[in-house]
Amino acid sequence: MAHVANRIRRGFYLDSVALMRLSQIVAALPGVTNAALMIGSVSNRGILKEAGLLAAGNEAGANDLIIAAAAGSDKEANDAVARAEQLLDQPQGGGAVAGTRRPRSTGAAARELGGANLAIVSVPGEFAAGEARKALALGLNVLIFSDNVSYEDERSLKEEAGRRGLLVMGPDCGTALIGGVPIAFANLVPTGDIGIVAASGTGLQEVSTLIARGGGGVSHGIGTGGRDLSEKIGALTTLAAIEALDADDGTKRIVLISKPPAASVAQAVMARVARSKKPFVVCFLGARDLQLPANASLAPTLAAAAQAALGGKPAAGALDIPSVAAAARREFDRQRRWIRGVYTGGTLCGEAQIVLREAGERYWSNAPIPGALPERSAMAHSLVDYGADEYTRGRPHPMIDPALRNQALVEALDDPTAAAVLLDCVIGYGAHDDPAGEVARVIPGAARNRPTLVASVTGTDADPQNRAAQVEKLKEAGVLVAASNAEAAALALAIAQPR
Amino acid sequence: MAANSLLRPPLKVVNIGLAGFARDLEARGVPVAEVEWTPPARGDARAAALLARLYASDVVEAANQEALGRFLKAEPVLVDVRPASEVIKGLTDRMILHAGPPIGWERMCGPLRGAIQGAIVLEGWAPDLAAAEKLAASGGIAFEPNHHHDAVGPMTGMITRSMPVMIVENRTFGNRAFCPLNEGLGKVMRFGGNDAEVLKRLRWLESTLGPALAGALRKSGGLALKPIIARGLSMGDEMHQRNVACSSLFIRQMAPWLARAVAESETLAKVCEFIGANDQFFLNIAMAMGKAIADPAKGLAGSTLVTAMCRNGTDFGIRVAGTGERWFTAPVEQPKGLYFPGYSEKDANPDIGDSAIVETIGLGGFAMAASPAVAGFVGAGSAAEALNYTRAMYDITLGRNPDWTMPGLDFAGVPTGIDVRKVVETGIAPTINTGIAHRLPGIGQVGAGTVKAPLACFEQALAAMAEQMGVA
Repeated sequence: MAHVANRIRRGFYLDSVALMRLSQIVAALPGVTNAALMIGSVSNRGILKEAGLLAAGNEAGANDLIIAAAAGSDKEANDAVARAEQLLDQPQGGGAVAGTRRPRSTGAAARELGGANLAIVSVPGEFAAGEARKALALGLNVLIFSDNVSYEDERSLKEEAGRRGLLVMGPDCGTALIGGVPIAFANLVPTGDIGIVAASGTGLQEVSTLIARGGGGVSHGIGTGGRDLSEKIGALTTLAAIEALDADDGTKRIVLISKPPAASVAQAVMARVARSKKPFVVCFLGARDLQLPANASLAPTLAAAAQAALGGKPAAGALDIPSVAAAARREFDRQRRWIRGVYTGGTLCGEAQIVLREAGERYWSNAPIPGALPERSAMAHSLVDYGADEYTRGRPHPMIDPALRNQALVEALDDPTAAAVLLDCVIGYGAHDDPAGEVARVIPGAARNRPTLVASVTGTDADPQNRAAQVEKLKEAGVLVAASNAEAAALALAIAQPR
Repeated sequence: MAANSLLRPPLKVVNIGLAGFARDLEARGVPVAEVEWTPPARGDARAAALLARLYASDVVEAANQEALGRFLKAEPVLVDVRPASEVIKGLTDRMILHAGPPIGWERMCGPLRGAIQGAIVLEGWAPDLAAAEKLAASGGIAFEPNHHHDAVGPMTGMITRSMPVMIVENRTFGNRAFCPLNEGLGKVMRFGGNDAEVLKRLRWLESTLGPALAGALRKSGGLALKPIIARGLSMGDEMHQRNVACSSLFIRQMAPWLARAVAESETLAKVCEFIGANDQFFLNIAMAMGKAIADPAKGLAGSTLVTAMCRNGTDFGIRVAGTGERWFTAPVEQPKGLYFPGYSEKDANPDIGDSAIVETIGLGGFAMAASPAVAGFVGAGSAAEALNYTRAMYDITLGRNPDWTMPGLDFAGVPTGIDVRKVVETGIAPTINTGIAHRLPGIGQVGAGTVKAPLACFEQALAAMAEQMGVA
């Protein structure tokens, strides 16, 4: 038989929901079989009666609160009622914090922000095109960091952007520099009057940082994604970016960076360049015979492009290659003839190949520039891009996690045919905290008979890792540090060439 | 040519994906809004692609703006109370209108069957409940959704010929919508109640309350509803679970007109007593208003705006502006909430009623921020958490209603106009505040809480809209 306790608060009102919550707490007390706090209206009294909670003689009316509990003993029932009164007297509210609720869709986020002009999309590839399309519909320019987007989607997104007067950077665009702001994998570079349009993120990083170190600045660096100048895409973003920079009063000169485009695409791009009044520097890495309009000059390497953009001024800290190479040479056996390049940046790997190609050397690469040998050979230079797809499937890019490149570096140092090991260190936002430190860490201490290490550091002193500090770490580890990747390649070659 | 918007400072970024990009930008002082991204359409890449195409469609965009505009421009006025037979043209003899999407007797839940039996006896089509059940099961009664007749009804939603219905006129568009009078608390037909007491009360609504209100409304020239809702929101109502403020405002405004319309003082007293004792009296008015506001958007080609959400205790159904009268249905979900003493989830009937029309127009669960008292239904719901419920609804709606603001959200307008695209995209289901009926007929309300609209309804609707727009 349940013991029922009732108490009445005269002239008391509390919202029924609050009362139901208190009821729940009280009903959960030990020994309590049922409990309710209800205003004593006729219908509520009926509910309490049916639940066996209304004590005989309870006279509460519609302006009164009934506190009722049923329990295994009178004491437990009375304790429950007392606890209920306590809860009524000391409201528990205010504890929970609203927390920061983040918007769940691009539309909601854009509305919250107000005046958004760029969306960065880095979701899995199968969803990236959809997210980009939604962002375009909201009037946002889009940087698609994601890869695995189909050509068909890329083209339709870029056409859509064209209709809306917007830019789609990417897919697979890792770098942009908008009004001095580094986006994704990019460096802190002073603003200036040089605009860059780049199909390669690392290319954009190398050129922008060389410009910075040469005393210049960048207005905007626009990434296009690696496939933009293919026949299927037709340079839609490159053309739109040229259009945008051409119309931008802050941009006086424009640098174009890409792999060699398809012939028809190159023609379309050059036709657009010719319509501009601004001077262009064209760096289509590895391109041989390109018809350029009068307002454009050709730069064979990224370093040359930066130099041309700076009006011919050479990059700061250029080395005297013959004397540095002479000092670096040791008494090697004649087998040590080749460069082993261990790269994290594909475009830098390509640039090094161009330096070798222009010197008439034999080279092989997993990311080949036209002129490369078809097969890897011990009797040729080899330049490996450890950021290529076959090395990054299911693992982080070596610019973020250098483990794979570290291992390759150690192996290259043991290669008896290697005269020089050539490497890159890319710093800046998005990159590893201390790539030079990682290189220094894995180099075995002062072995006498080993290839010379030659490196470049892509970045600026303003970057979080600080280029000067990175260079110092490499030098302390016995690495020769060049002013640019192209110079590093030339130095490595000078060391490796027969004397 | 003007420079691209990207190159015009200041840079303001929406980040979708890797959080590190946002952190780096914030460190450079760039304003960033980070999307709490999950794969859209519950990870269905094909549906996600369709979704994006519908977002990119100018036709859809324009149709949705028009549809939302029709919601916001509505001017709903409670004008009259008439017997249903007089104003609902298609309501023939031996027909019963019910809540939710279409359903046959064999699939109906307990409370719906119980209410139908009571309604049959009320109309005199059978002498008692047992005979009524036989008649209903034998196919002797036509069942149609209220929504097919410009009407809505709470819980079981019964409308038969003799029942008085309130008429809300949308003066901007000239359409009308109907809802029966609220029966009060306790054992009532809307929760499946059907005993003599229930039927007696319904007869009193028909003979006394209906005519009294009709007289008062006619004399007053009609009661404009938007201002009442606006005041109710500032007084803690969300117009679904809590209508105490609006019910009070209603009787306050109607009392003089009732006094003028009702000659006999004891009748007048009973009418006032009945309305005054029922905190939820206004719910049915809000529902008719919801229907009157939503209907003008119906059939607007290309629009992905939801024009109706309702449940029959078995299926949840939605209608979308672009697809007109078509229903998209999925099994109803079980409400989560608090129970009256002596009852628990075990006793609860699955979600039922047309009342989700108030969420369809931005009230109820969507206006939770206005109603801290109702927050208790939301799990461990603190008042602060209630704000987040409303904020979540902003993510799935087309706009805000500037006429209906919530003090607790710095007078932001209620989230208005559910967009099928946004629901499917975010996977955020509309939150509906609801009463909970006992699963057995005749027992009545056993609790109250919240329930989610099933995402499957919205996914079907999205596919249909994609087909309509030729992006499938």
